[in-house]
Amino acid sequence: MLTISLILLPIIAGLIILLTKGDNPKTIASIAAFVELILGGYAYNQFVPNGSSQFGASYNWIASAGIKFSVGIDGISLILVCLTTLVVPFIILSTFGRTEKNAPTFYALILFMQAALIGVFTAKDIFLFYFFFEVALIPVYFLAAIWGGENRIKVTFKFFIYTLFGSLFMLLGLVYLYMKTPGLHSSAISEIYQIAEGLNGKQQGYLFWAFFIAFAIKMPVFPFHTWQPDTYVESPTAATMLMSGVMLKMGTYGLIRILLPIVPLGVQTWGTTAITLSVIGIVYGSIIAIQQRDMKRLIAYSSFAHVGLISAGIFSRTLEGLQGSLMQMLAHGINVVGLFAISEFIFQRTKSRDLSRLGGITQTTPNLTVYFVIIMLGSVAMPLTNGFVGEFLLLKGIYTYNVWFGAVSGLTIILGAVYMLRMVQKSMFGETSKLTQGFADLALHEKMTLFPLAFMVIWFGIAPNTFLPIIEPAVKQLLTIIK
Amino acid sequence: MSLITLIPLFPLIGFLINGIGFNIVPKNLAGIISTAAALASFCCAVVLFMNFSGEVQIAKVFDWITVGKLNISMSFQIDQLSLLMLLIITGVGSLIHIYSMGYMSHDAGYGKFFSFLNLFLFFMLLLVMGSNYVVMFIGWEGVGLCSYLLIGFWNKNTNYGTAARKAFIMNRIGDLGFLLGIFMIISHFGSVEYLDVFEDLGHGTVAGDKTIMWITLLLFIGAMGKSAQIPLYTWLPDAMAGPTPVSALIHAATMVTAGIYMVIRSNALYSLAPETLHIVGWVGLATALLAASIGIFQNDIKKVLAYSTVSQLGYMFMGLGVMAYSSSFFHVMTHAFFKALLFLGAGSVIHAMSDEQDIRKMGGLRKALPITFWTFLIATIAISGIPPFAGFFSKDEILAHVYEHSPLMWGLALAGSVMTSFYMFRLLFLTFFGEFRGTKEQEHHLHESPLSMTLPLMILAVLSAVGGFFNVPHLLGGDSKLANFMAPLFAHSHAVAHAADESLEKTLMIISVIAAILSAGIAYYLFIGKKSVPVADSKVAGLQKVIYNKYYIDELYDTIFVKPISALSKFFYSVIDFLVIDLAIEGIGKLVKGLSSEARLMQDGRTGVYLFVMVLSIAVIIVWTLKDFILVGFK
Repeated sequence: MLTISLILLPIIAGLIILLTKGDNPKTIASIAAFVELILGGYAYNQFVPNGSSQFGASYNWIASAGIKFSVGIDGISLILVCLTTLVVPFIILSTFGRTEKNAPTFYALILFMQAALIGVFTAKDIFLFYFFFEVALIPVYFLAAIWGGENRIKVTFKFFIYTLFGSLFMLLGLVYLYMKTPGLHSSAISEIYQIAEGLNGKQQGYLFWAFFIAFAIKMPVFPFHTWQPDTYVESPTAATMLMSGVMLKMGTYGLIRILLPIVPLGVQTWGTTAITLSVIGIVYGSIIAIQQRDMKRLIAYSSFAHVGLISAGIFSRTLEGLQGSLMQMLAHGINVVGLFAISEFIFQRTKSRDLSRLGGITQTTPNLTVYFVIIMLGSVAMPLTNGFVGEFLLLKGIYTYNVWFGAVSGLTIILGAVYMLRMVQKSMFGETSKLTQGFADLALHEKMTLFPLAFMVIWFGIAPNTFLPIIEPAVKQLLTIIK
Repeated sequence: MSLITLIPLFPLIGFLINGIGFNIVPKNLAGIISTAAALASFCCAVVLFMNFSGEVQIAKVFDWITVGKLNISMSFQIDQLSLLMLLIITGVGSLIHIYSMGYMSHDAGYGKFFSFLNLFLFFMLLLVMGSNYVVMFIGWEGVGLCSYLLIGFWNKNTNYGTAARKAFIMNRIGDLGFLLGIFMIISHFGSVEYLDVFEDLGHGTVAGDKTIMWITLLLFIGAMGKSAQIPLYTWLPDAMAGPTPVSALIHAATMVTAGIYMVIRSNALYSLAPETLHIVGWVGLATALLAASIGIFQNDIKKVLAYSTVSQLGYMFMGLGVMAYSSSFFHVMTHAFFKALLFLGAGSVIHAMSDEQDIRKMGGLRKALPITFWTFLIATIAISGIPPFAGFFSKDEILAHVYEHSPLMWGLALAGSVMTSFYMFRLLFLTFFGEFRGTKEQEHHLHESPLSMTLPLMILAVLSAVGGFFNVPHLLGGDSKLANFMAPLFAHSHAVAHAADESLEKTLMIISVIAAILSAGIAYYLFIGKKSVPVADSKVAGLQKVIYNKYYIDELYDTIFVKPISALSKFFYSVIDFLVIDLAIEGIGKLVKGLSSEARLMQDGRTGVYLFVMVLSIAVIIVWTLKDFILVGFK
C-alpha cells in the first residue's frame, strides 16, 4: 500500500490543485511534497535490508494478457524513491520567488511528474515500467513548452521527439520478450528475467541496443546528448531540476533494472562499447564545460559528464560500481538541483546567467557563497561530501573492470575542479559587476531550499552507510542474476 | 570519547562555531575560540605523547564506507609517526593562531580566517592520524580545500583567485594518482588499513615487485602535487597570495610536508620498490636545485621563501629516496620550526612596511624591528645549515646518507645548499641591513609588531636554535634520540639506510659547513660590502632573466596544457557538438519532417501548432501503449 500511496499522493494533490484552482497552489504543492517526503522516510525506516521487494501491491491491469499493475520497493528502488521524495519539496520551494502564469497547472504538473517518476522506480512489470517511463515525459514537456525560454518550442520539440524515438526501440524489445513468455503471457519483470536466460548471444545483442539507445538518450550518454544542454537551458529551472535531478535517473535505473539482468550476454559483447562511450562522455562533457559562460549550460554539460561516470560504473558490473552508481545517483540528484537552484536565484536578481557579467556576489551575500561552495564541493567529489562516496566507488569499479578506463574516467576529478571552481569564482568572487551590485540577500524560501540540500551534501558524505548496507543485498542479488 | 578523538574534534568544533556563526560571533572571540581549539588539541597531543607506551593504538570512530568485503572506517592510529606529526602540527599551528590574532586584527574577514584555519587543522590532523589510506586521502584533499580557501582569502582580487584555483587543480592532478594508488592497494591487499597492508607485505613480497612499484609511484604522484615537486610545484610560489600566516602554516610547516609523511608512513612499501625510490630521490634533487636557483633572483620576500620551501622539500624527498626516512622526518621537523619562523618574520616585516613585499624597497630594518631581525637571523642560520642551529643537524644527516648512496647526488645537493645559504643571506642582508630604500611614509610608519606576533617568533627561534638537539648524531656525542624513537616504524621495512660511517660523515659535515659559510660570505660581500641592490625588473637580462622568470615553466604549461584544452573545449562545443552530432541528428529529424507538409509551421512558435504537436504526441504514446494490447489480443 505504501508504494501505491507514494504514487497516488502527488496525483491526488495535483488534481486538487487543478480542480479547486486554489489561490495558493504553491502551498498545497509543497505540503503534498513534504508529506510525500515523510512517506519516503517511512519507507526507508520500515525497509528490511534483504534482497526482497517490499511494500508491494499488485492489481490486474489487462488480465487476459497477464499484464499487471504491480509495484514494490527493493533496495535499488528505495534509494531512487528516497531521491525523488528528497528533492521534489526543495524544487517546489525554490520556485516560491516566481509568480508563474497559470500557477495551478505548473505545480500540478510537477506533482504528476513526481508520481510518474516514483512509478518508474517501483514498477515490477515491464509494461508498467514503460508506461511510467513515457508518461513522465508529458508533464515535463508541458512545463518546458509553456513556461520555458524564447526557443522553447523548437528545443522541447526536439527533446520530446528524440526521447520518444529512443523509447520506441525499448518498446520493441520489451514486446519481443513478452511474446516469448509462456502460456497466457506475463510481463512481470521477474518473469522476463527468466525468459531472457533462454536467449542466445545474438538475440541479446539486438536487445542490448534496443534498450541501450533508449536509456542512453535519457541519461544522456555520448553521442546522444545534444538535446540536453538546450533543453536544460530553455526549460524553466524547476523543470530542469526535475529532468537533471530525477528524470535522467530513469535511464541509469533502466540500465540496472532492465538492461543488465535481461541481456547479460549482450552486455558481455557490447559492454566495452558502452563503457567507452560513457568514458568519452565524461571527458568530452567536462572539457566542453570548461569554456561555458551560461551557468545553466555549464551545469548541463557537467551533469552529462557525471552521468557518463555513473553509466560506466554500471557497465563495470562490479559491486563497487553498482553501489557507487546508486550513491552517485542520489548525490548527483541533490547536487545538480542545488546548482540549478543557485543559478536560478542569481538569474532572478540579475536577469543573467552569463559568468562574464557576474562576479563579486559574495561581498553582499556570503550566505549564498557558502551554500554554493558546499554544493560545488559535492559535485567535485570532495571527501566527506556525498559526491566523493559515489565517485570513489564508481572509479574503483571502473578501475577493476579495466585500469585504463579507470584512469581516464578519473580525469573527472581534475576537470570537474577546473570548471566548477571557475564557475564559483566568476560568479561569486572578484569585483562586483554592474549586474551584481546591490545583490539582495537570500530570501527565506531560498535559504529553506539551499540549507537542506547543503546539509544532505555533507550528511551523505559523512554517513554513506545510511544507504550502502541497505541497498547492498538487492545489488548483490542483481549481480548473481547477471553472472 | 577517547583523547585521540578529541584532537581533531577541537578544531572541528572551532570551525563550526566560527563558520556557522560568522556574523554572530564577536570578532575578538572568534580568534580566541580558534586559538583555544588549537591549544586544546596541542595539550591532548602532549598528554598522548607523554603516556605513549610504544604500542600502536587504533581508535575507531565509525564505519564510513562499507561495500561487500571492503570496509573503510573512520579510525585513527597513534604511533611514533603520528604523534610527532601531531606535536608539530598542533604546536606550530597554535603559535600561528596566536600570531594571526595580531596579524589579521585589521582584516574584515577575521572570523572567516580563523574558521578556515581551524578547518585546516582538522583536515591536517585527519591526514596524519588516519589509520588507513582513505582517511589520509580525506585529510589530503581537505587540506587542499583549505589551502584553496585561504590562498583566495582576499577574494576580491582576481589574481589571488586564480592562484587559489591553480593550487587546487594542480593538487587534484596529484590526487588522481593518489586515488589510483588506493585502488591498487584495495585490489592487491583487500584492505586500506596501514597495519593490514604492511602485515601482508611480510608474506613473501619481494623487492622489485611490479605492483608495489606502481602503487608507490602512483602515491608519489600525489606527493608531487601536495609537496610541490617537479613537475607539479608551480602552484606553491603563487600560493603566496594568501595571508602570510597561511603561508607559514600551510605552505611551509605542515601541509606541504604531507607527501613526506605519506612516504614515511608507507616506508614498508617504498623499501620494496627500488625503482620508485630512485625516481623519488632524483625528483627531489632536481626540485631542490631548480627551486634554489630561482630563489637566488627573486625580489619578493615571500617568493624567496616559497622557492626555498620547494627546495627544502626536495631535500626531504632526496633523503627518502635513499631510505633515510628518519633523517627526512628530522628535516620536516626542523624545517617546520625555521620556515614557519621565516614566514612569520616576513609577515612581521610586511606588516611594518604597510604591505610592501619587495626587498628592493626595504633595507636597514633591523633597527626598527629588532625582535623580528634577531629571530629571522637565527632562522637564516638554521636553514643555511650552519651549526649549531637546527637545520645543520637535519640537513647533514640527509647529505651523509645521500653520499653513501651516490657521491654525484651528494655533490649536486651540496651545490643546492650553497645556493640556499646564498639566497637566504641575500634576503637577510637586503631586508635588515644597509639603508632604508622605501618611501618616507613607510619609514615613518615602521614599527615592531605587537607581542602576539613577536611571542611566536621568539618561541620558534628557540626551537630553530635548539631543535637540532633532538637528534644529535653519535659522531657529535649524541644518541640520535629521534631516530631511535622512530625505529619501530621501520620494523616492516625491507631495508632502511643504515647509519653513515663516522669519519666520512665528519668530513662531509665539515665540507658542507664551510661551503655554507663561504656562500654567506659572498652574499655579505655583494650586499653589504658592495651595497648592491637587485636591478629593476625591466633591466634583468640574459640567463638571469630566464631564471628570474622561473625558467618560463608557467608559460610552458600554459602553452602545452591550458591553451590546447581551452581550444579543444571550443572545438568540441562549436564543431563536434553543433556541427557534427547535432546536425546528423537534425538531419534525421528533417527527414521525418520532410514527410509532413505542415512541418514548417513547427518553427514559427504559434501556440496552436505546438498544442497540436503535444496532443499528437500524447496520442502517439497512447496508441503505442494500446498497440501492444491490441497485438496481444490478436494472438
